Amino acid sequence: MAVLNDEQVMLRDMAREWADNESPVAAFRKLRAAAPAEGFDRDAWGAIGQMGWAGVVIPEEFGGSAFGYLSLGLVVEQLGRNLSASPLSSTAVAASAIVMGSSDKAKTDWLAKLAGGEAIATLAVDEGPNHDRNFTTTKVGNGKLTGTKPFVAEGDSADVFVVAAEDGLYLVARGEGVTVSHRSMADERSHAHVAFQDAPAEKLGGPELTAAVLDRAAAITCAEMLGMAESAFAQTNDYLKQRVQFGQVLSTFQALQHRMAKQFTELQLMRSAVEGALEAIDAGRSDVDQAVSLAKATAGETLRLVSREMVQLHGGVGMTDEYDAGLYLKRATVLEVMWGNSAWHRDRFARLNGY
Amino acid sequence: MATAAAELDHPFRQEARTWLEANFDPSLRGKDNAMSAVDGPTEETPEQKKWREAMGEKGWGVPTWPKELGGGGLDRTQARILQEEMARIGAWNPIGGMGVMMFGPTLLEYGNDAQKQQHIPGIVRGEVRWCQGYSEPGAGSDLASLQTFAEDKGDHYLVNGQKTWTSGGQWADKCFALVRTDKSQKHAGISFLLIDMDAEGVETRPIRLISGQSPFCETFFTNVKVPKENLVGREGQGWEIGTRLLQHERNSLSGGGGSAGRMNAGTTVPEIAKKYRGTDAEGRIADADLRTRIIKHEMDQRAFALTLRRAALEAKGNAGPSAATSIMKNVGARITQDRAELNIEIMGMQGLGWEGEGFTEAELAQTRSWLWGKAVSIYGGSTEIQNNVIAKRILGMLDHQ
Ligand SMILES: Cc1cc2nc3c(=O)[nH]c(=O)nc-3n(C[C@H](O)[C@H](O)[C@H](O)COP(=O)(O)OP(=O)(O)OC[C@H]3O[C@@H](n4cnc5c(N)ncnc54)[C@H](O)[C@@H]3O)c2cc1C
Repeated sequence: MAVLNDEQVMLRDMAREWADNESPVAAFRKLRAAAPAEGFDRDAWGAIGQMGWAGVVIPEEFGGSAFGYLSLGLVVEQLGRNLSASPLSSTAVAASAIVMGSSDKAKTDWLAKLAGGEAIATLAVDEGPNHDRNFTTTKVGNGKLTGTKPFVAEGDSADVFVVAAEDGLYLVARGEGVTVSHRSMADERSHAHVAFQDAPAEKLGGPELTAAVLDRAAAITCAEMLGMAESAFAQTNDYLKQRVQFGQVLSTFQALQHRMAKQFTELQLMRSAVEGALEAIDAGRSDVDQAVSLAKATAGETLRLVSREMVQLHGGVGMTDEYDAGLYLKRATVLEVMWGNSAWHRDRFARLNGY
Repeated sequence: MATAAAELDHPFRQEARTWLEANFDPSLRGKDNAMSAVDGPTEETPEQKKWREAMGEKGWGVPTWPKELGGGGLDRTQARILQEEMARIGAWNPIGGMGVMMFGPTLLEYGNDAQKQQHIPGIVRGEVRWCQGYSEPGAGSDLASLQTFAEDKGDHYLVNGQKTWTSGGQWADKCFALVRTDKSQKHAGISFLLIDMDAEGVETRPIRLISGQSPFCETFFTNVKVPKENLVGREGQGWEIGTRLLQHERNSLSGGGGSAGRMNAGTTVPEIAKKYRGTDAEGRIADADLRTRIIKHEMDQRAFALTLRRAALEAKGNAGPSAATSIMKNVGARITQDRAELNIEIMGMQGLGWEGEGFTEAELAQTRSWLWGKAVSIYGGSTEIQNNVIAKRILGMLDHQ
């Protein structure tokens, strides 16, 4: 565990308590059954807005608390533990693009609203099913943006999009020239196909900004993955301690003990790598890119291991929709793809190090 | 795989070829269906029905089963030739399911004549669906702790209890079940009983899976009357018969039987990678890391195919499946799951569609079969249980004392 200051400890504990009481996995199941078009619970989002979590990386002058990425990660991790469906990550990261961007107009128009949860924002970057930040055909001319982003998380509800174009990042408000259609994916969360056709766009910055924002998006995704992995692991561990076969609880079998010990070990490495990336961002270090690739590659592998084991070690019940194992597995696999899978980040890590 | 010269001009080859060409409608190529599927009876087209009936009549769906019970009565060489000839024209076997893979072979070994005559022909013709009543909520890996009780009532048993994970239970006509006839002994108190699924007191409730499908059920037996003639073998012999059946199950699940064709059907992982990820200047899969892992998987698959073949050759003369089927089942499960995960990774978000717009049918099927495939290392004895079997029965390792 990173060394946290008092504010961070408070924030983490509060987020954990809220997620456990107000947004347990049962709440996600209810949401899934109700299937609202926006893909999340309005009341829960309202509460998140009031608690100021969307403003954790927004400066105080714009209504945020400027606690930083490690703090945001702590909150997102707690939501990840319970598979809470919320546009928090996407809104916070898109807001940070505005914060780091060069447009004062964008700052005054949007940041206060985003900090308070009154508006929802998201990133629209990739143009294919796999992350490829060097492939962008989206163009801007005369302040109008045209391009297609086939998989935009929280795109169903976003009021404003931070869009990657050939020459950097732009801000596009939902409305004129923006067509959003829902895509139903395995994690049953919000993903949308978003087409921009001559949509009015405001420039935020060039390719360096795109790179910086994408690293933040990946790092925050890792925080959600960390929470999921911790929780999936704990649930499996609990299950093995109570399921009896051959007259003994399963946790007495050494073959299973070693499997759990292995996962626990990997989880420690995952936590260090994820916190390391968030701290690197907060410290403004020059090796953020490496730290993020280390985190995302490690998080992808570890969450894959833990969610796969969750299904396997629950046996037949793990295959049923009634148990939570499948929900973790499906969300895990979507997050693994987002902002570059393990292979993509291993490759980038190698390049950055000149291997 | 090389075919011996003697087999190339084996007289049976011409016979098989002529019959298949006369009876297999080429429009059915790749349109596998019906009885072999776990996800329920798919609507049979008239062409598919005709093909099933023709194969059922001929007995070639179960080529090595005895002719007097409707089977093909072929020897191993002829059966292999039949398979080759079917593959050559893209024909598939319309006769399948648990009756073919597990129950039939077991009944041929342990059933009495009346039972064989009553049950085998329906399996051979693909007319009767069987389900497996083994697992219970408290008896999964530890199957012998099952509690469903069959009380002796003179001319019949009265069955009470609950089974679970009954694959295809809601569509099955009959169930081969392990029941307790004696509460005082664990293994020796178990019997092998055949139960009509439409008998009074049998109720099924489908269970929804993580893949969204509901191909299996909880099955409840409340005062179900089962005639004594439905007992296979002796009372108390159920454990022996039931585990024999599990060997047949593992054998078929390992890719040694029915699923081999399916595993290799369709496009290969490298082909999918080239299509979705593109190639470099030399025509190779563009992503080096992915390419390495795909190669590892392809080699795994080839080594597995060679091992299956070696095992089949070495088992010639041996009777039936052995403990080595545990190895095959585990490798088969691993390869199936690796393949699905690689495909998902290759397709990225496009391989994680759930339903509706924006995904092709094949992509949506990929998502579902990836999730469904998580079961192959659980059912039919989990990977962990197979490893226990390998350690104890093959390696002679002992339990913790
Ligand atoms: C898709 C599917 C279809 C099925 N179809 C049928 C069917 O048609 N008919 C039927 O009767 N059953 C069926 N089953 C049930 C299947 O046989 C059981 O799920 C399986 O035997 C495991 O039992 P369990 O689910 O109770 O898991 P458990 O026995 O509770 O096992 C949980 C975990 O602990 C591990 N474990 C258990 N004991 C040990 C040990 N001694 N050492 C090490 N690890 C151990 C297991 O491997 C597993 O990972 C099906 C299951 C699935 C998933």
